[in-house]
Amino acid sequence: MTMKSTQNNLPLQEISHESDLDKNFGKHIAKMAHGEKLFGCIQCGNCSASCPMSVYMDHTPRKIIAMIRAGFRDEVLSSKTIWLCASCYNCTVECPKGIKITEIMYALKRDAILTKNYPKGFPIPILSRTFYNEVKRSGRINETSLLMKYYFSYNIFKSLGYAALAIKLFFTGRLILFEKGIKNKAGLKQMLSSSKN
Amino acid sequence: MKYLYFPGCSLKSSGRSYEESLLSVLKKMNVGVEEIDDWNCCGATNYMAMNERNAIGITARNLALAEKQGKEDIMAPCAACYMGLLKTQKYIETEPKVKETVLTNLKKSGLEFENTSKVRHPLDIFINDISLDTIKDNVYAPLKGVKVACYYGCQLTRPYATFDDQRDPQSMENIVKALGGTPVEWPIKTRCCSGSMTSTVSEIGLRMSYLILKEAKDRGADVMITACPLCQFNLECFQGKMSGKYGENVKMPVMYFTQLMGMAFGLDKKELGLHRMLSPELSLS
Amino acid sequence: MSNQKEEIRIGYYVCHCGHNIAGVIDVKSVAEYCAKLPNVVVAREYKYMCSDPGQELIQKDIKELNLNRVVVASCSPLLHESTFRGATSKAGLNQFYMQMVNIRENASWVHESKEEATEKAKDLSRAAIHRVAFNKALEKKKVPVNPTALVVGGGIAGIAAAMSLANAGKKVYLVEKDPTIGGYMAKFDKTFPTLDCAACILTPKMSSVLKHPNITLLSYSEVSEVEGYVGNYKIKVTRKPRYVKEELCVGCYDCITACTFKEGKFPDEFNFGLSKRKPVYIPFPQATPLVAVIDEKTCIHFKTGKCPQTCAKACERNAIDFTQKPEVVELNVGVVILTTGFQPFDAKKASNYGYGKYPNVFTSLEVERLVNASGPTEGHVVLRDGVTHPKSIGIIHCVGSRDEKTNKWCSRVCCMYSLKLAHLLKEHSGAEIYNFYIDMRTPGKGYEEFYDKLLNEGVQFIRGRVAEVNDWATTPEEKGKLLIRAEDTMIGMVRRIPVDMVVLAVGLEPGKDAQEIRKMFNISCSNEGFFLERHPKLAPVDTFTEGVFIAGACQGPKDIPDSVAQAGAAAAQALALIDTGHVELEPNTAFITEERCCGCQVCVAMCPYTAISFDPVKKASSINEALCKGCGTCVAACGSNAITQNLFTDVEIMSEIDGILIN
Repeated sequence: MTMKSTQNNLPLQEISHESDLDKNFGKHIAKMAHGEKLFGCIQCGNCSASCPMSVYMDHTPRKIIAMIRAGFRDEVLSSKTIWLCASCYNCTVECPKGIKITEIMYALKRDAILTKNYPKGFPIPILSRTFYNEVKRSGRINETSLLMKYYFSYNIFKSLGYAALAIKLFFTGRLILFEKGIKNKAGLKQMLSSSKN
Repeated sequence: MKYLYFPGCSLKSSGRSYEESLLSVLKKMNVGVEEIDDWNCCGATNYMAMNERNAIGITARNLALAEKQGKEDIMAPCAACYMGLLKTQKYIETEPKVKETVLTNLKKSGLEFENTSKVRHPLDIFINDISLDTIKDNVYAPLKGVKVACYYGCQLTRPYATFDDQRDPQSMENIVKALGGTPVEWPIKTRCCSGSMTSTVSEIGLRMSYLILKEAKDRGADVMITACPLCQFNLECFQGKMSGKYGENVKMPVMYFTQLMGMAFGLDKKELGLHRMLSPELSLS
Repeated sequence: MSNQKEEIRIGYYVCHCGHNIAGVIDVKSVAEYCAKLPNVVVAREYKYMCSDPGQELIQKDIKELNLNRVVVASCSPLLHESTFRGATSKAGLNQFYMQMVNIRENASWVHESKEEATEKAKDLSRAAIHRVAFNKALEKKKVPVNPTALVVGGGIAGIAAAMSLANAGKKVYLVEKDPTIGGYMAKFDKTFPTLDCAACILTPKMSSVLKHPNITLLSYSEVSEVEGYVGNYKIKVTRKPRYVKEELCVGCYDCITACTFKEGKFPDEFNFGLSKRKPVYIPFPQATPLVAVIDEKTCIHFKTGKCPQTCAKACERNAIDFTQKPEVVELNVGVVILTTGFQPFDAKKASNYGYGKYPNVFTSLEVERLVNASGPTEGHVVLRDGVTHPKSIGIIHCVGSRDEKTNKWCSRVCCMYSLKLAHLLKEHSGAEIYNFYIDMRTPGKGYEEFYDKLLNEGVQFIRGRVAEVNDWATTPEEKGKLLIRAEDTMIGMVRRIPVDMVVLAVGLEPGKDAQEIRKMFNISCSNEGFFLERHPKLAPVDTFTEGVFIAGACQGPKDIPDSVAQAGAAAAQALALIDTGHVELEPNTAFITEERCCGCQVCVAMCPYTAISFDPVKKASSINEALCKGCGTCVAACGSNAITQNLFTDVEIMSEIDGILIN
């Protein structure tokens, strides 16, 4: 939206037009994250500085908040930042304005999934989806089944690097191949089917 | 003293030794434990990222099952489960809409829910219910001269837990002292280990866990203890990989705090799941 | 219900208050509704009732329509009750025949639904119309004002206020809780933005206070009891024992030299613990009064009784007196100025910055002493070990401030004093200086120019709140350093900056005894705990208690120029009151009908202002009108229904309630 490339990879458009922005995005995310406090952000960057992942992110958490408020919807939802949030809650407990930044990141992840804006091929959303489906299927997580399915969806060759570890875990009794899941799967399913996000 | 036990998925597989050591230590101290019948996944991080309402819903199912089973406090050893249960309680308490949906859905599967149980982490239970004195009384082989780096990770103390300081927790340090050991002073004990990123974006995940191990080693720790199955797994199982990748040997014993307690109590290695460990063994001389 | 003979003729006026009321409430329909109520002769709505034409409207109606009661529905009585009372009395009607209804704060400002707010305005107006019929004509009492002033707190604000009053020829008592006046300013090195030396400009003022014939300085003393009312306060001041006779001591230091402790051993309060003092000490060479003080918490004589008392023997003037006891002095004053100051935020509470854990994390106040030529290091900037010179220093702004977890407010002075410290630290040490700020706030004369100067001096500025200070070294260069982690928000990247020294720019918060003082002087505090001014714009140094004024940082964070300006304003307000010579008292006092009083004395015990006494001969209690503040406690407590309060008689209150209920 803001940076369209020409054939020479030079930025064609540096100014983002107000008409390109989603002015309701802030309100929408605030509602999903159960709180209006994000509008009280003073852009101090304490969240970025307290975040152990921020150095790996494409936009720092502070910048994400600014972009949400300004309505840079597509840039925010397709950023890797939101998926790199490990939910360690350091930003949330340290924010001087009481903004629940972790919840905002969760809301963004969910919105990115719902609107299919998440970065395609990026492994973290794939793991999340696999995890979700596993719980839906059996009520519990079987690590073996979760990781096998995840690598099938992501990149099966990546799993090879973990083969040696898997064998060790198997022989120490820590790799459980089959897990029955919960008894009352029907009850759980009934609960889930009736609540859409 | 009795608790309703919510193991969570990890304690039944890769984190089995956490369950084994925790239950053995509690048994030694005559504390009763009863597993919650037919518990399900706690709706942790990856689940919460997909669907919040369902995450709250399935966690509430666990709380409802516990209520049905008894009035005792719930013991949740996994930091993610512990945080997820606390979060669910908080949401139901403060968000009327969430509460309504959850109650309606629970009713459909025949469950009543009052949100009255107290969710506790074993560290909280050891310090505040069982007491450090009782722990001291059970010590058979004091951890004399053993330098211990206590690693809390993130979700154990943040953001809902109230039993310890969020920035500089001391529960494990106090237990180590009660066991006769020496806790190491270090600045990153609540820094995140990267969670499941060791298997998604491993170049980031491994580095984060590596930094934690390296710092503990630099500070002279003989062993690191944890209270979360995911932290423990990340810090224990990739030591070889990290040492190779970053050119610095960070191999060291990484165990559950309950395993260290069991060792000081003189319990059998097998009872503590020590035979399942992949990191170097801690030798007590 | 009433036995009135005269015909009640009420004029009702509803104010638009511009858009404030009329934007929510349908004032026209309220006026139309009230016009039909019993006894209402006229009902009008007007854009601004408080304006001259608005007031004239009331006066004209009173005269032409023969009104004998007035109801004004507008803002809070706090704002304009006196305005409308004045208008009423100008038209020849007793001012207490005017009743105000607050439909702004109580209706238009707090309700979203226009219909409901309008209904509420009607209900409240109806209540006032019912009540006003029973209002009584009352007269305000005049009492003389004692021309003496009390100033509490001897910091720069207190000094300035006391000097202004004394120079105007008024007698002033200046009470200071510490052994010396001077407050925080005496501890500062230079002052921003002019960089003139704090001591050079302050100490002459301090000695003028001591020498001034109109000022009585009570140092090492605290106000312990306050009685009375505007113009006539009775204040008890407790003088703490110095164990040194103030009138004999000349500050020669002989006792200190002779003390059985050969070296200082206890943290020196004046240097924030950066140096040590003996149990007998003089806070600093220009202390005022220059009198030694013995600290009973550390003096061996008081701890064990087994001290050779070398100090007493060394004193040629026999000034040392171990038998001194706290002494209570009673003062009669007409006005009070509170200049009790602030306390710095406790840096330990921001535990992420490691104060108290890492020795080379300092507070800004400690650094004020470090860079001071007469400080513990004679102006040499050294680390806590006393020898190492830092090569890099990080100054962290907003410590404890702008944070929901600690103090929500901006402390206002920290940006500027951090810039000043950056300049001084660079000048004294040549170290690389980093300032970590959230927003740079330099709103003052010459302040922005000072910031410009710092930018050009090569001080580094990073816009980002520091998340953490620790000693986690991840590279060899970081070993042994303190690591500051912040996002450089201008660049959008997180930086880790290794430094030798960290300076925490701690914010300002209400003094720890602010609540006690507030209760003693019966004033209010704002949410954060600073003393509340009567009006944030138009009465910034008045309080809701007549005759009690506030100035300086006890009212909110403030720098030296603002504190001095406010002290001057408070002194002027106090002088105006003194020079008027008298004050009018609200007639809202309570009185006892003797025949009904059963003599149980419940009211005597309940009265917070000790205004009620019992007459054993008459076997009845009576209320001192001058002391009564009209709080109503005794009225409610009286079992015999013997106490009545003016402006709040039973019939007035009951008719108001009737008015609400009867639709």
